[in-house]
Amino acid sequence: MEQLVYKKPESIRDDFKITFCPGCDHGVAVRLVAEVLDELGVREKTIGIASVGCSVFSYDFFNVDIVESAHGRSLAVATGIKRSKPDKVVFTYQGDGDLASIGLAETIHAMTRGENVTAICINNTTYGMTGGQAGPTTLIGQITTTTTKGRKPELSGYPLKICEILKEVDGTAYVARVTLDSYQSILNAKKCIKKAFEAQLKGLGTGFVEILATCPTNWKMTPQESHARVRGEMSEVFKPGVYKDKVSEAV
Amino acid sequence: MGRIVLNRDKCKACYLCIDACPKKVLEADSAVNEMGYYPAKVNSEKECIGCAICAKVCPDIAIEKVYYEK
Repeated sequence: MEQLVYKKPESIRDDFKITFCPGCDHGVAVRLVAEVLDELGVREKTIGIASVGCSVFSYDFFNVDIVESAHGRSLAVATGIKRSKPDKVVFTYQGDGDLASIGLAETIHAMTRGENVTAICINNTTYGMTGGQAGPTTLIGQITTTTTKGRKPELSGYPLKICEILKEVDGTAYVARVTLDSYQSILNAKKCIKKAFEAQLKGLGTGFVEILATCPTNWKMTPQESHARVRGEMSEVFKPGVYKDKVSEAV
Repeated sequence: MGRIVLNRDKCKACYLCIDACPKKVLEADSAVNEMGYYPAKVNSEKECIGCAICAKVCPDIAIEKVYYEK
């Protein structure tokens, strides 16, 4: 008898269309969130908030209700939805430019208030959708369309380390940074995303996962070279790991 | 022995599955799909162990189902 060992998660629409570039880690991140929603059995009461950026097409693949928010304001919208409907599971799916640059104030204040929501941030060190401009997380020396000779700290500052900032915010219950560069790291990433949702379900505070993802198109690399970059120079600056875990402490 | 259900029209030819497969069951197809990519395809189904690593690393959810039979 043949047994089914893997199938597309229920939380991915049957008529889904992955609109990302070839080899982009966004697709894996979307699938992991969907698998976690399936495993927790909360798909029917989940509301997602899409941001502006490559994540804007979330309604094309997530099989949950999706609200589109203004640029950077996802966590402010999430606050409103969660407070008016506390029985719903609310998550935001944002890029680094959205969460850490344009929406940094909303992000930090929502987390300072300890809103019971989950935030997933895709950090690919660039503004992917608009054509690869320098973002807050762009690495020193990285060539983008707005730092054509590489990012210089004296001109455009240093990369913003989101997890290191948010772990100091009292309202956060879970803060972790993960990568998706290998099968093992994908399994680990899923564990962390699940914890971030458990933080919300247990009412402990905000769950936050930063995913170091690739952007092969704007990095002008193959998917394989992009993963090598995540493992190499990106992981050196943005160190993967669990920064704060009130979920395990609460058990 | 395993069996993969791969939707060739969803594949965007990043070949991360080909690199990740421990048994090297997958390869690039020589014919294009509806998007114009050369998708991944199964070259030797008997070798497949049904570990589903290919499905877990696929960013396009092109591998929709994986079966395993003793």
